[in-house]
Amino acid sequence: MAEESFLTDDFLRQLINVGEVDILVGLPTHNNAKTVGSIVQTIQSGLVGAFPRERAVILNVDAGSRDNTPELVTSISIDDMRPASNLHALRTLHSISTQCEASPAKGAFRTVLAAAELLRARACVLLSPDSTNIQAEWIATLLRPIYHDGIDLVTPTYCRHKFDGLLITNLLYPMVRALYGLKIREAYATEFSFSGRLGSQFLSQNSWDDGAGAELRFILAAITAKFRICQSYLGEKIHVERRASDLVPALRETVGSLFTALDPDLPFWSAVTGSQPVTTIGSEHEVCLGPLRINRKRLREMFATGVNELESVFESILSPATLAELQRIAGMEEEDFAYPAELWVKTVYEFAASYRKSVINRDHIIQAMAPLFRGRACTFLTENRNSSADEVESNVESLCVDFERLKPYLQQLWNV
Amino acid sequence: MQEMIVSELSQAMHDIARDFAHFLPRLIVMLIIALAGWAIAYVVKVVVRSILRLVRFDKLSENAGASQLLNKAALPSPTEVLSRFVFWVAWLGFILLGVDVLGIFGLQEQVARFFFFLPRLFVALFILFFGLLAASFFSRATLLAAVNGSVPSPRLLSMAVRTIIIVFVLSIVFEELGLAQETMLVAFGIAFGALMLGLAIAFGMGGRDLARTFLEKRMTQGKKVESEDELSPL
Repeated sequence: MAEESFLTDDFLRQLINVGEVDILVGLPTHNNAKTVGSIVQTIQSGLVGAFPRERAVILNVDAGSRDNTPELVTSISIDDMRPASNLHALRTLHSISTQCEASPAKGAFRTVLAAAELLRARACVLLSPDSTNIQAEWIATLLRPIYHDGIDLVTPTYCRHKFDGLLITNLLYPMVRALYGLKIREAYATEFSFSGRLGSQFLSQNSWDDGAGAELRFILAAITAKFRICQSYLGEKIHVERRASDLVPALRETVGSLFTALDPDLPFWSAVTGSQPVTTIGSEHEVCLGPLRINRKRLREMFATGVNELESVFESILSPATLAELQRIAGMEEEDFAYPAELWVKTVYEFAASYRKSVINRDHIIQAMAPLFRGRACTFLTENRNSSADEVESNVESLCVDFERLKPYLQQLWNV
Repeated sequence: MQEMIVSELSQAMHDIARDFAHFLPRLIVMLIIALAGWAIAYVVKVVVRSILRLVRFDKLSENAGASQLLNKAALPSPTEVLSRFVFWVAWLGFILLGVDVLGIFGLQEQVARFFFFLPRLFVALFILFFGLLAASFFSRATLLAAVNGSVPSPRLLSMAVRTIIIVFVLSIVFEELGLAQETMLVAFGIAFGALMLGLAIAFGMGGRDLARTFLEKRMTQGKKVESEDELSPL
């Protein structure tokens, strides 16, 4: 009960009215009126279908929507879907809403954890309104291992397009796997579930000075504390379109959080060798192969411009050898251009070490990574342009092996 | 005649000896003040250094990019530079106090001026230090934002931001020090005005196409430019 102080009186009253629950579903929102209605109905359907006897609450944490999103969440009743289905709740299904100060990424997760602790929820699931195809089955798929099998953390696996989530396939997954020793496909998950005890421990131990990327830190904390983890296959991942300008915020939330976690987690990751598979319910991971229009030329140009214009910034971050190599490939013609995996891994590790040493402002280090990521993305797209699902998976695996092989290089940089 | 010379010489020698006898204790006091001042300044330096380490001043400076500037100038860490500066200012203050004790006419006024000037010097150096840090920080932020936003001539933009901030900071520093206030004000006004006029002309002459393209993009709804928009990093 240590975390109730930042919750508003009104929200505490709502929690008191709800009482204790078995399951809590967290739904952070920000101007999601178009989709939130159907998402709440899907959640209700999933809860009533899979957990009819359990006490459950849907908690919406809104970051100041101007389109009545919170009102929509609380106004949707389980009775609204009865005519269309045979679902009957045996317990009252609550829907409550509260506000968080900043963006959903910054304050919502902490609110969900605090509410889960106050309501003594045994199992919690966090869903993102950005995923436009949430299925009722996801609730059961994510919650059953927690509720029935004593698992503490369930991360998702999806069927993704081979070029969807390039930051995950080219950096987050391989680096988390190499450093933390677990093959977790979606370390930055927007849908995942966790036990009440894991939530409480993270809530009490974590510093909330910078709330961005808390979900990733949560998953890394579960790994380092050796909680029981598994993955569940959810099916196709369809999410709202992101623009090119979203890359820097995405890097901040994922790479920034990962780099921040490396320093306190040093005793853990420096002792890890190799990587172990994680128990997965359903398919391990699936790759879709639909057509996708991508401007590789523009990606390469942005990379080359970045390398040339940011030379003074890179001199502070990268080793002379790596910078020289980047400048060499930046000068290549489009048809010859390739950002090799080994160079990419070294680049990432040197960025991580520079981030730790704060050679310049940390946010600037993350921003400087954007053009380099575009270069790597361009190479990944070129290499896998005509690849089958298995070939793409094989290339990702090869990159992961490079990250693991070059881990001593990171340790060497860390100790300098 | 000879007796007179001897008498005058003896009187002069006597006067010198008497003056020296009067001066010697004050010289000793001055040396003692300077010596004690050195010890006190050293202690102050150690205390300041400890406090700066406690508040992780080096880390703050690194985050702001100050360490890099100092490294480029082959200077030690920001904590060391600041603590050494405090030491020298403190010791110089004690030395001047000692000089004041000597009672040399003319010097006393200069010493008083120095102590009057000291706070302004500190404030000016403070403004200069953090101004340069701000210039470095914001020029780099501009450079990164421009590169990531595909804005043309990112280095030029970054340099313009740095120059504007440095000119602004220098004008404040000179005003604080009270040096050539009017000249600085006029020079700053001319430089800033010229810069703004130059930018306005440059934007007007060179940015016509850019502005047209920008407006066309904004006005043309529904026309999707082929880009990496379909790629989701997450």
